[in-house]
Amino acid sequence: MFYREAGDFKTSYVEDSQTFPIKFDRYRYYFVLVCAFAVVPFVINDYWVNAIFMPFLIYSIAAIGLNILVGYCGQVSLGTGGFMAVGAYGCYKLMTAFPDVSIFFHIIAAGGITALVGVLFGLPSLRIKGFYLAVATLAAQFFLVWLFNRVPWFYNYSASGQISAPERTIFGIEVTGANTEAWATYLFCLVFTVASAIVARNLTRGAQGRKWMAIRDMDIAAEIIGVDPLKAKLSAFAVSSFFVGISGALFFAVYLGAVEVGEAFGINKSFLVLFMVIIGGLGSIFGSFAGAAFLVLLPVLLKNVLVAGLGWPTDLAAHLEFMIVGALIIAFLIAEPHGLAQLWRVMKEKLRLWPFPH
Amino acid sequence: MPDQLIFAMEVFLNGLMAGVLYALVALGFVLIYKASGIFNYSQGVMALFAALTLVGIMEGRVPFAHLINATFGTEIHHFGWHLPALAAILLTMGVMVVLAWAVNKLIFNHLVNQEPIILFMATIGLAYFMEGFGDVMWGADIKKLDVGLPQGINTAIDEITYGWFGYGFFIDNLDIVATIIAALLVIALVMFSQYTKQGRAMRAVADDHQAALSVGISLNFIWIMVWSLAGFVALVAGIMWGTKMGVQFSLSLIALKALPVLMLGGFTSIPGAIVGGLIIGVGEKLFEFAIGPMIGGATENWFAYVLALIFLVFRPQGLFGEKIIERV
Repeated sequence: MFYREAGDFKTSYVEDSQTFPIKFDRYRYYFVLVCAFAVVPFVINDYWVNAIFMPFLIYSIAAIGLNILVGYCGQVSLGTGGFMAVGAYGCYKLMTAFPDVSIFFHIIAAGGITALVGVLFGLPSLRIKGFYLAVATLAAQFFLVWLFNRVPWFYNYSASGQISAPERTIFGIEVTGANTEAWATYLFCLVFTVASAIVARNLTRGAQGRKWMAIRDMDIAAEIIGVDPLKAKLSAFAVSSFFVGISGALFFAVYLGAVEVGEAFGINKSFLVLFMVIIGGLGSIFGSFAGAAFLVLLPVLLKNVLVAGLGWPTDLAAHLEFMIVGALIIAFLIAEPHGLAQLWRVMKEKLRLWPFPH
Repeated sequence: MPDQLIFAMEVFLNGLMAGVLYALVALGFVLIYKASGIFNYSQGVMALFAALTLVGIMEGRVPFAHLINATFGTEIHHFGWHLPALAAILLTMGVMVVLAWAVNKLIFNHLVNQEPIILFMATIGLAYFMEGFGDVMWGADIKKLDVGLPQGINTAIDEITYGWFGYGFFIDNLDIVATIIAALLVIALVMFSQYTKQGRAMRAVADDHQAALSVGISLNFIWIMVWSLAGFVALVAGIMWGTKMGVQFSLSLIALKALPVLMLGGFTSIPGAIVGGLIIGVGEKLFEFAIGPMIGGATENWFAYVLALIFLVFRPQGLFGEKIIERV
């Protein structure tokens, strides 16, 4: 009834090629944005921000980044944790080296550094394909984590080997360090998340995105029709790593405040982000959000039910959580291998015809 | 002979032994990948689960004791018996066969014809599940596994090398036994796949699913068999690694050690897994010995991957992998 193209006439090319061509979609999008920017900051507290909103926003950026690489360009990567670490350490080095520059630029620059590293580790993708490449990206994961652990320059020779974010402000409001307000950190992350989503959405539906998708579907055929695989694959690695680096920088500077690299950016983080992308839906920006939301909410929910609800010991609950997460992932892959985004698509198809399905 | 060279020789020998253990894990990967095209990330966790089950059965632990105690407020832990190692190994093998059946029935039968990445993700999900399941079933404490394998320094080698170089090599008896068992296992696997009916059927399935189906080979049976074989290999690897460093969570991380071995040797080659394992074992030990101290140590975590990566750039299908032919 509401979700129709019919009667919605486009009179200019700009209107015709907008992100959300259907009116209902567009208003829903504005509504979500207004809620996120103008309503949520007033009602949240520390617990909500730290347990749900911030991990969700930050993992969304990482998932968008990985989705560009895996979902759009078809290059499976297991090095996400390592690239997030590059973002975090890049941001840390910049924050301590140039304390007068705004942290906003540090985070962008950290993304840029990660993009360079990503291109470097993306080079083998020109020769290596499929699972060989996936395993090869593990080299990035292990090497980078080792590097940040063992070379004292990266953690400024601190005794603990950890890095911790100094206090930085945006417009006089603290966003990193110990004395931050919940709403400030939330808004800061939200800005990055929304910007990343808009940039990624427009990149993937433009010429570059089509090149990536051509490479994903069959790289030899893409080469024959004139897509340069070198440029396409490396640009996918660069853009993907850029987003992943930003999320790593936010994860360290705004969310955790202090990290130990093996713990925060280990191989499990790579798998977690990959799960988000797969469960959310490969090749879908909305799917990245959905997958991130699913995997951020699930452990919180399980912990509340098992420990607080049923009163089981925490170690048993932790093991059960592993079992449930594993089983759910499998069940999900069996029920809908194309992820939450596919469910959403099916629902929209149904909505278009509702309430007269014939 | 200079001391450094003698040390290097000792490191080389130890690397060979470690490589055999990596190869054992990699073998399980190769078996499943060849027969079903599933890249089974859960192989390491299967080794952990097998070792946990073996210890549990040997010591007569009550499965799910922790869960039962938490739910009903009881205090049960042990049945109070001790089984001999051989019986426990046979029982564990039975458990692994049941596991293979369940995995195929419940997961992979529903995922036929899906993209490889989806299958891969499913095995990661399986790895998570089994990690939790093993802990819930047998408890998360570090367990000692002793099936009667010899352990400790091999005095014969120590004395002989002392006579030769004036310096006794330290070679663990367990590593020697592991090498012999791995060699026997590989020979047995090759004989099985070459000379038995089921082995030939397995190779046929690996070659071409549909052609195998059309001559009356049951894919289902072959897949369960292959997963059981992989479970058996995992059990052997689990016994070796479990005896070496205790049965605990970190045992499942040996899967990560086996991945570069696979890359180097090729995903589809059994000899590749062995040769790759040896190269990686020797390479990472020698690198750690020669370069490690200069750049901060603990290079074993990544060196194998970087070595395999550089190698793959020149030979994208690995040492013995099937040549990748691409057509449009």
